[in-house]
Amino acid sequence: MNIVIVDYGSGNLRSVQRGFERAGFSSTITRDPNVVAEATHLVVPGVGAFADCMDNLEKLQLLSPIRESIQAEKPYLGICLGLQILFTEGTEFGSKPGLGILPGQVVRFPKNDLKVPHMGWNQIQIKKEHPLLKGIPDDSYFYFVHSYYGAPKDPACVMTTTDYGEPFVSSVSKGRLFACQFHPEKSQHMGRQLLENFARL
Amino acid sequence: MLAKRIIPCLDVKGGRVVKGVAFVDLKDAGDPVEVAKVYEAQGADELCFLDITASSDEREILLDIVRHTADEVSMPVTVGGGVRTVEDVQILLSAGADKVSINTAAVNRPEFVRDASRQFGSSTIVVAIDAKRSPDQAHWEVYTHGGRNATGLDAVEWAAKMEAYGAGEILLTSMDQDGKTTGYDLELTRAVCEHVRIPVIASGGVGTLEHLYEGVTTGKADAVLAASIFHYQTYSIQEAKHYLAKRGIPVRL
Repeated sequence: MNIVIVDYGSGNLRSVQRGFERAGFSSTITRDPNVVAEATHLVVPGVGAFADCMDNLEKLQLLSPIRESIQAEKPYLGICLGLQILFTEGTEFGSKPGLGILPGQVVRFPKNDLKVPHMGWNQIQIKKEHPLLKGIPDDSYFYFVHSYYGAPKDPACVMTTTDYGEPFVSSVSKGRLFACQFHPEKSQHMGRQLLENFARL
Repeated sequence: MLAKRIIPCLDVKGGRVVKGVAFVDLKDAGDPVEVAKVYEAQGADELCFLDITASSDEREILLDIVRHTADEVSMPVTVGGGVRTVEDVQILLSAGADKVSINTAAVNRPEFVRDASRQFGSSTIVVAIDAKRSPDQAHWEVYTHGGRNATGLDAVEWAAKMEAYGAGEILLTSMDQDGKTTGYDLELTRAVCEHVRIPVIASGGVGTLEHLYEGVTTGKADAVLAASIFHYQTYSIQEAKHYLAKRGIPVRL
């Protein structure tokens, strides 16, 4: 097994690596496209803006190995931005194409009484059973911090939703591809369980 | 439903927890990493480190603490104290902080908040506001340098300005209440919470669990921060959460 965490200059990768360690798995942090291509399990984390993320992945020539890994149906775990870039298009700071693996847009929470960013521990409502959610009960709490979320066109990919004002899609899955808007590496026991489930895929 | 967050705060000086911590089961109760682990085990939702070290040569010690803490706990960690430049923010984030709190430097140079939030994302930038009620009781004034220097800024307007500059969260401390155990300044908390569209953490004055309850109800805070009641083990985080849950507040048990 070779779990590879993609480093494109965004966010706290060490905490993801440490999360896998706690679950009993070693992993590699890299920005080398060749190392990414060698992964059996690919993890794309990230905080920040959608457009910066796509630009950095492109600059570092990481887009092709990520696409190829997904096409080869190797397990993929996207966290936060690693989820958002799977969609057709991001809308933060203007329209920007994503990887286009999941049809849909990445949109901002509506401007109303809600506090944005959506920050803190919120619950997931499980919409379809998946090996990744093994041992994770419905309504479990995970840590979120984001202002945008992916809105998939195809309801079949929705794995969980979360209620913030109204329900939004908090994780998706399609084949061996899985991505969550919340941060398993910051979500104590439940997060550890999810990372372990992913490593066992 | 989004839970109200309970955030224990550790004041750190020269790499040690200040306030004569009384954790009986710990080998080293002054070690911030050990204390962080206890709070994680108790189910804290987040952790806040406030570096009150005067000298900058002790910065490396703080970074070491942040690194170790980030390795040991899996919850978000906010670090504040003496953050003056985008480089300071960068260094703390790479050490493992999830959020960085900016106080005095924001007053000196508001553009700093804009630069930092553009570069690292709003969600990583917390603006800490120390506020004191004005002599005429009509409003609250922002103070810097740990409450020593008056700025002439209105705290509620300042919070809104910091939101406009890209702050992702406000950490609001009442200087009148801080160190007392008679509860948050609820009017201040509510005034700020109703004036901004970003999360607000209430701080300063907690002595009882009732005070936490008031902070999220009357004060309308999104999160409540406390130091002494958790340090001195007056209450554990679990006790605080069970109390709030019993009173109908959404918390993560």
